[in-house]
Amino acid sequence: MNAMAGNYTTLDGRKIGGVMMEMKNITLKFGGVTAIADISFDIHEGEIRAIIGPNGAGKSSMLNVISGFYHPQEGEVWFRGEKRPTMKPYQVARQGVARTFQNIALFDGMSVLDNIMTGRLTHMKASMFSQAIWWGKAEREEVENRAVVERIIDFLEIQHIRKTPVGRLPYGLKKRVELARALVAEPRLLLLDEPMAGMNVEEKEDMSRFILDVNDEFGTTICLIEHDMGVVMDLSDRVVVMDYGRKIGDGTPGEVRTNQDVIDAYLGVEH
Amino acid sequence: MGELTSLPRLLDRNATRFASRPAYREKELGIWQSWTWAETAEEVEALALGLLGIGVEAGDHVAIVGRNRPHFYWSMVAAQCVGAVPVPVYQDSVAEEIAYVLEHCGARLAIVEDQEQVDKIIEIKDRLPALTDIIYVDPRGLRKYDHTRMTSFAKVQADGRAADKARRSALAGRRDVAGYDDTCVMLYTSGTTGRPKGVVLSNRNIIETSKASAAFDKLTEDESILAYLPMAWVGDFIFSVGQAYWCGFCTNCPESTTTMYENLHEIGPTYFFAPPRYFEERITILSIRMEDAGALKRRMYQRFMKLAARVGPKVLDGETVNLWDRVKYAVGNVLVYRPVRNRAGMSNVRVAYTAGEAIGPEIFEFWRSLGINLKQLYGQTEAAVFITQQPDNEVRADTVGVPSPGVELRIAETGEVFYRSPGVFVEYYKNAESTADTKDADGWVATGDAGFIEDGTGHLRIIDRAKDVGKLDSGALFAPKYVENKLKFFPNILEAVVHGADRAFCTAFINIDLTAVGNWAERNNIAYGSYQELAGHPQVLAAIQDHVEEVNRSLATDDMLSGCQIHRFLVLHKELDADDGELTRTRKVRRKIIGEKFHDLVTALYDGSERVSTETEVTYEDGRKGSIKATLEIRDAKVMPVEAKALEAAE
Repeated sequence: MNAMAGNYTTLDGRKIGGVMMEMKNITLKFGGVTAIADISFDIHEGEIRAIIGPNGAGKSSMLNVISGFYHPQEGEVWFRGEKRPTMKPYQVARQGVARTFQNIALFDGMSVLDNIMTGRLTHMKASMFSQAIWWGKAEREEVENRAVVERIIDFLEIQHIRKTPVGRLPYGLKKRVELARALVAEPRLLLLDEPMAGMNVEEKEDMSRFILDVNDEFGTTICLIEHDMGVVMDLSDRVVVMDYGRKIGDGTPGEVRTNQDVIDAYLGVEH
Repeated sequence: MGELTSLPRLLDRNATRFASRPAYREKELGIWQSWTWAETAEEVEALALGLLGIGVEAGDHVAIVGRNRPHFYWSMVAAQCVGAVPVPVYQDSVAEEIAYVLEHCGARLAIVEDQEQVDKIIEIKDRLPALTDIIYVDPRGLRKYDHTRMTSFAKVQADGRAADKARRSALAGRRDVAGYDDTCVMLYTSGTTGRPKGVVLSNRNIIETSKASAAFDKLTEDESILAYLPMAWVGDFIFSVGQAYWCGFCTNCPESTTTMYENLHEIGPTYFFAPPRYFEERITILSIRMEDAGALKRRMYQRFMKLAARVGPKVLDGETVNLWDRVKYAVGNVLVYRPVRNRAGMSNVRVAYTAGEAIGPEIFEFWRSLGINLKQLYGQTEAAVFITQQPDNEVRADTVGVPSPGVELRIAETGEVFYRSPGVFVEYYKNAESTADTKDADGWVATGDAGFIEDGTGHLRIIDRAKDVGKLDSGALFAPKYVENKLKFFPNILEAVVHGADRAFCTAFINIDLTAVGNWAERNNIAYGSYQELAGHPQVLAAIQDHVEEVNRSLATDDMLSGCQIHRFLVLHKELDADDGELTRTRKVRRKIIGEKFHDLVTALYDGSERVSTETEVTYEDGRKGSIKATLEIRDAKVMPVEAKALEAAE
């Protein structure tokens, strides 16, 4: 199977569309340190794409390039057939890219519901005046947004904590709330930075199911970084492997697993 | 309309008489959605027509697997409309347990909630040749599944709504044939002893029982209840279907299993049922919150709760209370009782029942003192619930009430309780032998419980399971569960197992309650690293010893059971767990297994040793096994002297 060519069908029979996002020869440097060195890969419409690699390989930097937080010194980012100019993260978000963070970034003092509502920010257009007097457009928008939020709350099965302040929640649930906030933005591309980090087996199983369901129900394209190899191999359609800022492998989980460079990077080589 | 001899006919009546009154509510997407009786009739009809489209035949069994949702209540009645028998199944059963039930009843169709249940059924499909179709309510995650014999609930209803004249008249034909003695529903017992049995209940059983019990408590169409207990349990069928259809009141379904407290608070039902454990849990939560409250609130709470304990039940029962106390109670009502009732979702409760196990007198009185009409009932699946229940104003913690209307009671020589009523089940499905063992030719049913009818009041008192009641060496009556319940009434004690059959005296294993004891330890700066360490802490042991001696004191005053005082006890190093086979899934103690597994501990309790070392195998949640080593201290408890009269009475 030549995955890079375009549309393809996965082993479980899902139809994957054309290229949604393409990274062309990205290089990112922090002073003298090269975090990402000349990496190219693409993400197809509707697929679950994983980026893996040892610590310090540049995975999170890569995700930050996609989300528009970092601007690479060299290379181009193409999104839906157009070259993306240098953008602020909120502009990228408006294009339909949402993300979660490795170390949870929620508002601890706010309720779960309010936290998730912030994810609808890009969909709120009413003027400050209209918001203040709570009439007309503002009210209509709030109702529409709340409906979207409630569907996601139902989807992720967090009805019971709707009104609980986030600060009081256990870690696994916070992660789920963060996923909810990303989902209510109705993203085309969802970026997940280590969604399973620090979870126990049961929480990992739940999260895996949610990721698959999101992809299946909403057709959302997902790009995720993850350390747990079992999870990556089970979930993703294609995997990019990074090591010291370089790409050392790219392909289906099966292909990556047998790639000698990847084995060396993970298990070490005798010198 | 014809006579009201089946639930579909009751539905017809309600759709006319209570057309615009709510029949069902369910919280969905954060909002309570509701269906009137007229809308319910339409939903049920659409589904019934859809079931005809699938080819469900009269007499087929339809398994229903899901949490309390209107869809599943409609499914049961729709199945009855086409002449099929609904069989609700516990939704948290593992595939193996579901397989047994579906295989045994030969289910033709399964109406299930979601992917989780569909997966279970697919896993066991090979063993279920009779099962041809699956209907699911929640389509999530099921897109990629093979849909040749699997449909969504919405599609079945849509197909039903588009049905032609022929199918509609076929449905009318099927609905009208249901007689009063035809099967209404089949419910499987939980199976504490051996395989579950399918209890066949007729329309007569359900409707007569609902009619009588509704009259007993003067239930009307204005009631509202929260349906949160398993649909496969007979109680839910009687409360949320039988009585709801008979009276025409509204059944409310929670948003999810985890939002029950919140939804209860929002709905404020007028008629409520919960097992004793629920009432206990709510008090634990309340006391923990009160300990964290400000000094003023805490003082106010303590003061008024003391008053409530003294006069509350009397006020509730309309007895004479002096004026000053009445005034104080009224003030307390505004400041404390009403807010507490409101937090607990019990503001509107007119009738509340608890059953299933003995309830601690303090717990029982606590709720009653707040002005909540909490009562006890005694029932069984085989009786369509009601055997005895407490009338208003005749409520006590230690009895289970007088025979329900239409029920006859008889106590056999062995002490076992027998009953006969219009609610007595038809048979155990495909199990004539068990049916004959339980029900005799005259319709008397053995409960398996030992008890006696109290002189004077006519109230029934249950002592224990008949098969667990034994004798001590001295010949004194030994009723382990009675003693265990007394122990469990202390918040610090989660579980207790009393030994003593054919022995010289009684001894006990005790499990501490980690929430209560852990909370106490935290407040007293007692550090502990594990359950085992806390369980073995000398101060904890001393507290437990106090509790045991307290129980001995109360037993000493009981004529029949004074021989059951506990002479020696130990606190177990692990929590008794269903995963290790020590408890059933409904958290009932499995005496025999515990006796075998911990035989070294039992020996030590009787040979006089002061400590005992042991090693126990445990199963973790993921199925792995490990072992715990511990040295346990055995303590002697003070035994109270018993008056001579009592010894004679115990023979």
